[in-house]
Amino acid sequence: MNTTAVSLPQDPEITPAVIAKHGITPDEYERIQKILGRKPNFTELGIFSVMWSEHCSYKNSKPELRKFPTTGPTVLVKAGEENAGVIDVGDGWGIAFKMESHNHPSAIEPFQGAATGVGGIIRDIFTMGARPVFNLNSLRFGAISGDGPNVKTNRRLFSGVVAGIAHYGNCIGIPTIGGEVYFDESYEGNPLVNVFCLGVLKHEEIARGAAKGIGNPVFYVGAETGRDGLAGAAFASRELTEESKQDRPAVQVGDPFKEKLLLEACLELLTTDAVAGIQDMGAAGLTCSTCETASRGGTGVEIDLEKVPKREVGMTPYEIMLSESQERMLIIVEKGKEHIVKEIFEKWDLPYAEVGVVNNDGMMRVKVGAVTVAEIPARQLADEAPIYNREVSPKPAPVALKNLPKTDVGCALGKLLADPSIASKVWVYRQYDHMVRDGTMVLPGSDAAVFIVREANKILASTSDCNAIYCALDPREGARVAVAEAARNLACSGAIPLAVTDNLNFGNPHKPENFWQLRECVEGLAEGCNAFNTPVTGGNVSLYNENPAGAIDPTPTVGMVGIIEDEKHVTTSSFKDAGDAVILLGELGNEMGGSHYLKVLFGRKEGIPPRVDFTKELALHDTLRGLIRQGVVKSAHDCAEGGLAVTLAESCICGKKTLGADIDFAATGLQPEVLLFNESQTRVVVSVAPAHADAAVAFAREKGIPARRIGTVVGGAQLAIKADGAEYKWPVADLSATWYGSISSLMSEA
Amino acid sequence: MKARVTVMPKKSVLDPQGVAVRDAIAHHGFPQISMVRIGKVMEIEIDEAGPDAEARLHEICADLLSNPVIEDYVLQIEG
Amino acid sequence: MKAAVIRFPGSNCDQDCHYALQRVFGISTDYVWHKDSSLKGYDLVVLPGGFSYGDYLRCGAIARFSPIMKAVTDYANAGGLLIGICNGFQVLTESRLLPGALVRNRSLHFICEHRFLRVGATDNPFLNLAQPGQVLNIPIAHGEGNYTADQATLEELNANRQILVRYCDAKGTVSEAANPNGSLNNIAGICNAGRNVFGLMPHPERACEARLGSEDGNVIFQSILKYLKN
Repeated sequence: MNTTAVSLPQDPEITPAVIAKHGITPDEYERIQKILGRKPNFTELGIFSVMWSEHCSYKNSKPELRKFPTTGPTVLVKAGEENAGVIDVGDGWGIAFKMESHNHPSAIEPFQGAATGVGGIIRDIFTMGARPVFNLNSLRFGAISGDGPNVKTNRRLFSGVVAGIAHYGNCIGIPTIGGEVYFDESYEGNPLVNVFCLGVLKHEEIARGAAKGIGNPVFYVGAETGRDGLAGAAFASRELTEESKQDRPAVQVGDPFKEKLLLEACLELLTTDAVAGIQDMGAAGLTCSTCETASRGGTGVEIDLEKVPKREVGMTPYEIMLSESQERMLIIVEKGKEHIVKEIFEKWDLPYAEVGVVNNDGMMRVKVGAVTVAEIPARQLADEAPIYNREVSPKPAPVALKNLPKTDVGCALGKLLADPSIASKVWVYRQYDHMVRDGTMVLPGSDAAVFIVREANKILASTSDCNAIYCALDPREGARVAVAEAARNLACSGAIPLAVTDNLNFGNPHKPENFWQLRECVEGLAEGCNAFNTPVTGGNVSLYNENPAGAIDPTPTVGMVGIIEDEKHVTTSSFKDAGDAVILLGELGNEMGGSHYLKVLFGRKEGIPPRVDFTKELALHDTLRGLIRQGVVKSAHDCAEGGLAVTLAESCICGKKTLGADIDFAATGLQPEVLLFNESQTRVVVSVAPAHADAAVAFAREKGIPARRIGTVVGGAQLAIKADGAEYKWPVADLSATWYGSISSLMSEA
Repeated sequence: MKARVTVMPKKSVLDPQGVAVRDAIAHHGFPQISMVRIGKVMEIEIDEAGPDAEARLHEICADLLSNPVIEDYVLQIEG
Repeated sequence: MKAAVIRFPGSNCDQDCHYALQRVFGISTDYVWHKDSSLKGYDLVVLPGGFSYGDYLRCGAIARFSPIMKAVTDYANAGGLLIGICNGFQVLTESRLLPGALVRNRSLHFICEHRFLRVGATDNPFLNLAQPGQVLNIPIAHGEGNYTADQATLEELNANRQILVRYCDAKGTVSEAANPNGSLNNIAGICNAGRNVFGLMPHPERACEARLGSEDGNVIFQSILKYLKN
């Protein structure tokens, strides 16, 4: 084993305390010494600490993640192989997509934290050679209504995160076309910011992050390296080199303008034959990108830090290697084609530098001029982090509700529509450019976002879903429901699901009940993905999401992408014309456990959450798609939070024109609260022209799907629901004002 | 009482706007300019300033006018 | 007939404009890089939307000094048809090819949504197929689209019938309630006194296909086509 790496005079001594502060256990330190055949120096310790963090190594979650289905006839690039998975969508076209979290940075600085999250996920996509075409996001915050002590802070976080996403996405010109936003006490102090990006590419354009070709030069392109994001693992070095308190940086600042240039320059470069490998630099960018490309290529990479473009003077090797500066890429260039890289990056006015070379000794070697400051076997560093099987301890199974609290049904609907988790998110998506790139066929606010990719002539539908209340009560069932709901939202839009990306947000994995939640959720997601034949193409794990009150509700966010075969099949959730028949596909339902009715009106998160039967769910989706293909479905909206009443109300008010509905359930034998607000799964409300109503009901029943005509869309000004001898009426103008105005009025309060 | 508050991005925090403006100035034929950083200046007037006015201004500067995570401020009291 | 779409670093509606001109309206269209210096042979020049230079300093302030802008100015002064959409409009006001300025939206928020526009004067190359008072449904997407000008400028704009589109409601009523961003007199788009330079905040290139929600942007491109054919 080579032992040329030197310690620098300013390096602190490596004591057990320094090791512990890097999050490295004594066992892990042993392992590091074995790999090196010696003690690491300070820079090497820092490098191991990032590569062996959960974020880079998945050391706590890997055994669980192996449970996901990841293969299938459409999978072109598998999960974990590269920065993002790639799925075939036909005619030689593929899509690359992924979801990633930026929870902790957003808790510290919501605007920049969210902005750099968007920047990171976009880089993951164009690193694959794909042109990013749209973004989604899944956001969770503490309560923004009521008089809780943290309401103002939560509003500040919410508005900062939304503004940060808007800033980055709008500037770079990628539309943010959908997603979800939930508010719950469990996210107080620890908001979740999960961002999703999808890009398109031809099969032959898939780029690889491998350092191929001994002797090929390694280029650094993009923004200069500064001391960004060095507050975490890099604490020790900061204390050493710090001249003043003002010098202490922590937050990375995103520059969407620079990333736009980087995106265009990289895509232009990838159309040439100059690139042997390409990898983005995210967290600990230089470290990750050098050892991962070397490991994938089965090669070694040597870089000289003197050649790295730097924003600040006096940076130590430790700081340079661990910097989290944004908008940077590492490119392995085919020898002899360096001039192509130079021409393109000069055209786009971007910094670039040849910083190193690919070699054959399997080492990640970092030099400063002639001095070697780190030398680590790349494969062991990148791929041989210790793997842990954490202890699990099941939480008690949820207990069935003993009695359902009653309330004024008329007021309850208004309260549910006003709840920020259910209310229209127009305040949010109005701030996002959701129309740039000219492909948004279904604007935000329907069941799924629908986008036509002009260059490929493919219509894609995409959604992100997770009801974390269900997951808190029953993690496995909650995760199963998340997949089912995502697939149902796609079906309601006329789409066939293709694949899934997931973002697993959990608490500290060292606490056995948290790890049990993670395991249950992963297994639940895997069951769902198997049932819907949607392989998982990648994603992200975010652990340690805690606040003083404990861990967040387990939140395994599901991002699902589907394809719509024909423009005529694109379907939205709003009623279209008076006189149309309203049909319920599925049962009336009766499950109240974990419902928003209980949470919003009574502050209770309890009971057994709704179960999902995948066979019935799939049959429902097939039936719905069958009706859509027949051309009879004018609207389709799934039943989710708030139950049938919220579904019907939203279908009345969420379209271009507001319509009413006359609904009659006749005799159901159900308590009205149960009928209107239960959240049983596998239900969709559709509207069809009256002439098609009987045939549609018959078609569904033939397929074994319960179906009944429950009423008629009317031009009048009210939603009226009759059941079991009672009648409830709501002016649609009031429902509309409540639903559209709730978040904006909360956010305009001081 | 009048006060002037200058809010600047922290020295080590990237100022993308400053970088873009520096580059534009270079294209304008003045490449000797090596750094531009862009902040904000706020002019504040206070009626009936009490003895604690300056302390309260500092509070406002830290809580509202600047974001201490990424910005520094300088408060000047102008009589 | 040939059109040029100028690409500044940070332009992001360049491809949308190119698509609308070439694929929807069949006009042969080139991208012209901001470092180029000639616009010879073009019958229409488009400054597209986006965030040129990241909108740093002021929207359009840095793009104004791009090498191509000298050619754009000469082209416009020679009577060439020039249209600036969103960020392109901001570049035109910063370049003084159009009067006034665009400042931050009254709400301080970026706003993206469909909006109704009332057509003003039609005696120009950009709206000759529209009817005065016609209502168009065209999306906006901007953070700084609040048009402002001094009183003298406003009087001149009115006197010369330079205000081509105003924000209105679905019925065509121009009112404060229909003003999304605080623009002076609900101004959404104006032309120059020579009537060959048009700047507007809304995005007609996003309203050219029914499947995307509106085709009302077509009247602008068809008017341009008609004008150029004659």
